[in-house]
Amino acid sequence: MAIENAVSDQDRDVDRSKMHISDTEVAVDIKGMHKWYGDFHVLRDINLKVMRGERIVICGPSGSGKSTLIRCINRLEEHQKGQIIVDGTELTDDLKKIDVVRRDVGMVFQHFNLFPHLTILENCTLAPIWVRKTPRKQAEETAMHFLRRVKIPEQANKYPGQLSGGQQQRVAIARSLCMNPRIMLFDEPTSALDPEMIKEVLDTMVGLAEEGMTMLCVTHEMGFARKVANRVIFMDQGQIVEQNTPAEFFNDPKHERTKLFLSQILH
Amino acid sequence: MQEHDLSWVRTEMTLAQRAPSREAGAFAWGRKNLFATPLNSLMTAIAIVAVAWFLPKILSWVLFDAVWTGADRTACLTTAQGGELPVGWSGACWPFVSSRFGYFMFGRYPLDERWRVILTGVIFIALLVPLLIPRVPYKGLNAVLIFGVFPVVAFILLLGGVFGLQHVETSLWGGLMVTLVLSYVGIAVSLPLGILLALGRRSRMPVVKLLSVIFIETVRGVPLVTVLFMAAFMLPLFVPPGVTFDKLLRALIGVALFASAYMAEVIRGGLQAIPRGQYEGADSLGLGYWQKMGLIVMPQALKLVIPGIVNSFISLFKDTTLVLIISMFDLLGTVKQSISGDPTWATPQTAKTGYVFAALIFWIFCFGMSRYSMFMERRLDTGHRR
Ligand SMILES: Nc1ncnc2c1ncn2[C@@H]1O[C@H](COP(=O)(O)OP(=O)(O)O)[C@@H](O)[C@H]1O
Ligand SMILES: [Mg+2]
Repeated sequence: MAIENAVSDQDRDVDRSKMHISDTEVAVDIKGMHKWYGDFHVLRDINLKVMRGERIVICGPSGSGKSTLIRCINRLEEHQKGQIIVDGTELTDDLKKIDVVRRDVGMVFQHFNLFPHLTILENCTLAPIWVRKTPRKQAEETAMHFLRRVKIPEQANKYPGQLSGGQQQRVAIARSLCMNPRIMLFDEPTSALDPEMIKEVLDTMVGLAEEGMTMLCVTHEMGFARKVANRVIFMDQGQIVEQNTPAEFFNDPKHERTKLFLSQILH
Repeated sequence: MQEHDLSWVRTEMTLAQRAPSREAGAFAWGRKNLFATPLNSLMTAIAIVAVAWFLPKILSWVLFDAVWTGADRTACLTTAQGGELPVGWSGACWPFVSSRFGYFMFGRYPLDERWRVILTGVIFIALLVPLLIPRVPYKGLNAVLIFGVFPVVAFILLLGGVFGLQHVETSLWGGLMVTLVLSYVGIAVSLPLGILLALGRRSRMPVVKLLSVIFIETVRGVPLVTVLFMAAFMLPLFVPPGVTFDKLLRALIGVALFASAYMAEVIRGGLQAIPRGQYEGADSLGLGYWQKMGLIVMPQALKLVIPGIVNSFISLFKDTTLVLIISMFDLLGTVKQSISGDPTWATPQTAKTGYVFAALIFWIFCFGMSRYSMFMERRLDTGHRR
């Protein structure tokens, strides 16, 4: 089954000629992107177009380059070849453009990366105040709004070290949302959590998806993928090996590697 | 096979109970902490013997046998030496300290102008105390006052020459005042400069990095005595002829640069302990370099190295005594000079008394810094309590 957004090399050329797709509808456009760590070719010829409002789940074996790929989207990693265009801004060495992109792209990490010396509320208001220059009072109101949404407003004045892993990850999501991002990146947000806390974080993410947030999630939570993803991308050895709708992807994988991978994680 | 062993279901949940009470009382405490093992007992015994041996001797010299009043050396001499105390007497000669106290505090600063030094000290304390007490608000304003405004005020008050204040040359300054001026400037310069050098050393810009490394390694590679000599005798070679550099200023520059190099390395140690995730968290939120360093990385790094920073402050405070070698007289210098150069108080006990006094003053300052840093460490401990 052909997916509208699946972009092969030929499709891309077609897209370029058909200019009716306005830039604003494309959230992330990656074209012929390569990345090396020294001599190690970690990402090879990545082509990926993500439309606004799309939810994409990226999976694949450990070391296949999933984290590296999504970290390239907000320039935590630098690519060496090809193009990455986020919200119409191409990522280059230009620091101003990098800042523009980072302001609009939220990221949630496996290990939360909250700031341990600041309270939960301060974690959430720091970037709006210093980066967006939002008045403190307004930033605090926004932060409380998102803390209520992730269901932990009562923890606002505690420090991250006093919260459970699941609560910390929900704070991390709230912290990103406070910047009012147009795109959210998740890098294995539930992998470091105890089983009973995974659900509370996934529920938050499902809520976000239902509101139409553009999301790219690296995760092995296949239930989540089936429920919210428009598209599942399977990576191996630094390449996109297969992509499809969740139903097709899980029920009828085409590539040998995909079949092997799914047989390993689904038992 | 006993199959029934495999299956068991709890019928009643056990309620939480109080922890068994420990043996209380001094006896139990002593057995646990002083005589737990044979080695432990031996160490306790040695410590008790040592205290019993030294403490009475020290106390009687410093307090019980000490002379407290007197106008000159005769008060502290035995009959054999021309005084009135019994032969074989030994004790501190405190009137020596009280008669020279002004000199130990202010050096040769003119008597009529010493109120200026005292006023400077009072202003400093009035600014420092609220800064040190966490509950007092307006920390930012306070810091600006003590590190930005106070130096200007102190400079005018101490040096004079304007607003009708008599000019007092720095060559007249001395005693504790010089020790404190050197330490204050050393601390106030070395902390920010050390932070910049530490960041420079970790910078991705090769030139910045190279310059930082060269500075740090050069300064750390030579003893402070050398730096002071260089500041005193070589610095004038680099400035145009005719421009004279105050000797105190040269010493200040030398001490401050020396302390900065050490501070940089202490802070770099803290920076290295901050996980990469913190940088990435800050980056992903769009914080710029200085925001990331100033709001996220530095506060955590500095907190981690408080003991090292205070250790540097304490070293710096004590190292200021080395300015004696470029013939400036700090607290220790004035004490030393009074011991050797003042026939009014030449007795066998004078030297001991003077050095004990100097040691006590140094100890009070250093111990104060040490205790305060421990207090701050505990207070700032917010992270990873689980
Ligand atoms: N900073 C780095 N330097 C060198 N190699 C790296 C670095 N980060 C990741 N790698 C390597 O790149 C590959 C892809 O890593 P990653 O994107 O983290 O994989 P995934 O997230 O799919 O498990 C791995 O082989 C990893 O060892
Ligand atoms: Mg990964």
